[in-house]
Amino acid sequence: MDNCEIILAGFGGQGILFTGKILSFAAMLKGKKLSWLPSYGPEMRGGTANCHVIIDDKPIGSPIVTKPNLLVVMNKPSLDKFEDAVAEGGIIFVDKSLIDREVKRKDIKAIYINATEHADNIGNKNLANMVMLGALIKTTDIFSIEEIEETMKKSLPASKQSLVQENMIAVKEGYNLV
Amino acid sequence: MGEKVLMKGNEAIGEAAIRSGCKHFFGYPITPQTELSAYMAKKMPKIGGVFLQAESEIAAINMVYGAASAGVRTMTSSSSPGISLKSEGISYIAAADLPCVIVNIVRGGPGLGGIQPAQSDYFQATRGGGHGDYHLIVLAPNSVQELACLTADAFNISEEYGIPAMILGDGTLGQMMEPVDFDSIPEPVYADKPWAANGSDKKRPKNVVKTLFLDAHELETVVMDREKKYDIVKQELQRYEAHDIEDADVIISSYGITSRVVETAVEILKKDRIKVGVIRPITLWPFPEKIYKEVKPKAFLSVEMSTGQMVEDIKLASECSAPVYFFGRTGGVIPTPDEVVQKVKDIIKEVE
Repeated sequence: MDNCEIILAGFGGQGILFTGKILSFAAMLKGKKLSWLPSYGPEMRGGTANCHVIIDDKPIGSPIVTKPNLLVVMNKPSLDKFEDAVAEGGIIFVDKSLIDREVKRKDIKAIYINATEHADNIGNKNLANMVMLGALIKTTDIFSIEEIEETMKKSLPASKQSLVQENMIAVKEGYNLV
Repeated sequence: MGEKVLMKGNEAIGEAAIRSGCKHFFGYPITPQTELSAYMAKKMPKIGGVFLQAESEIAAINMVYGAASAGVRTMTSSSSPGISLKSEGISYIAAADLPCVIVNIVRGGPGLGGIQPAQSDYFQATRGGGHGDYHLIVLAPNSVQELACLTADAFNISEEYGIPAMILGDGTLGQMMEPVDFDSIPEPVYADKPWAANGSDKKRPKNVVKTLFLDAHELETVVMDREKKYDIVKQELQRYEAHDIEDADVIISSYGITSRVVETAVEILKKDRIKVGVIRPITLWPFPEKIYKEVKPKAFLSVEMSTGQMVEDIKLASECSAPVYFFGRTGGVIPTPDEVVQKVKDIIKEVE
């Protein structure tokens, strides 16, 4: 897969917006056109958060994703909210650790990952988003592990470079799960 | 072309303003523009500039009035209800013929409204907002790159004509991230400011910036001189982007983020072999009226995130050479490409 329209959704604090930003930054490094649009509102920790990312070769029209071909969900309300919107033939990535139901649609592909559990096992359950990212890039082949690592290095500020390695361990964990 | 950076629209405005020589920013927080104030708070001290979070929007715009009077490049930003509060000060700045840049990252209204993106401040921006015979130059970008370019332009144009300029964005543009190339934005072009009240050092008569003229004839002369300036701006500054307008059955007009929704709709319509063209106003004041007189579609369609505030400008500009239809969502709802496609198909049925 070269181009895509993604919705990433979950609880505030899971790093949903950050994950979208990494995908966007990786697309920029590849010379692609892209847009990243966050939900915003009277948000709070534990509330819902989502972002829309479009990656394309031609200029991007509406940055609002109405029919995603990729959906990443990290809580049940997000799956309930966005399942029906996914384009036919699309892929839904479900954090099975946090969502106790299966995807109902039969015309799309569902990938279940125990992301939060695996992140916890490698020492930090806050990296579940990176586990999901690893699963996404492996399944879609949209970016390589090396491209994501380069993105982390270039997008994180100097003060946070120490987190690159930790993040990449989680990305690789997700990569090897699918 | 320089290296691109991934940035939020609000932050890109701030960076472009700093690169354009803006060293005086006066703000007051409000969603969805707060990232711009936050960016300025972080950057201004590093470049020897002033960032001041005022006690209110009214205080902030009057600080802009003061800084502009002294001849420095200055800016303020807010979102809809905050711009209403600033309107008195904006009228004063326009009346004093001072340059400055005012950013409105529009949210749903009226009243406190909501915090989601909207375009329902079109009348306020293009008709004045405050009291008296005056206009702002109103620029409507539709991408993060264009936010940066038009912010740089706004400083130059405002200074060239002595008219305050407004960047009219919306919550989506402010919040979204796209790659930006700052090396491609216009360079600052500074105008002479012999009127600046920046200290005479007793070497010249003192400059006075004022807006009070108790003699009616004197005030009329001042206002009419300003009208002549507006006439020049109307001739020189009409900006738009257009495509496929020569043989279009329907010409769609929209500005800002809505124009991006329209471009997605146009792609779908073209696959259905529907002859549709686009005129996207970039200056909302002056409205790009010349181009509307050169086209002969069967219908115009205005797509907006309001109840149809741009419709009358299209009617005036086109002199009603074809019916002007409207489709819009408001209150913070963004129209979808599918809704625009359906509206165009309905119009085609009606006009054929």
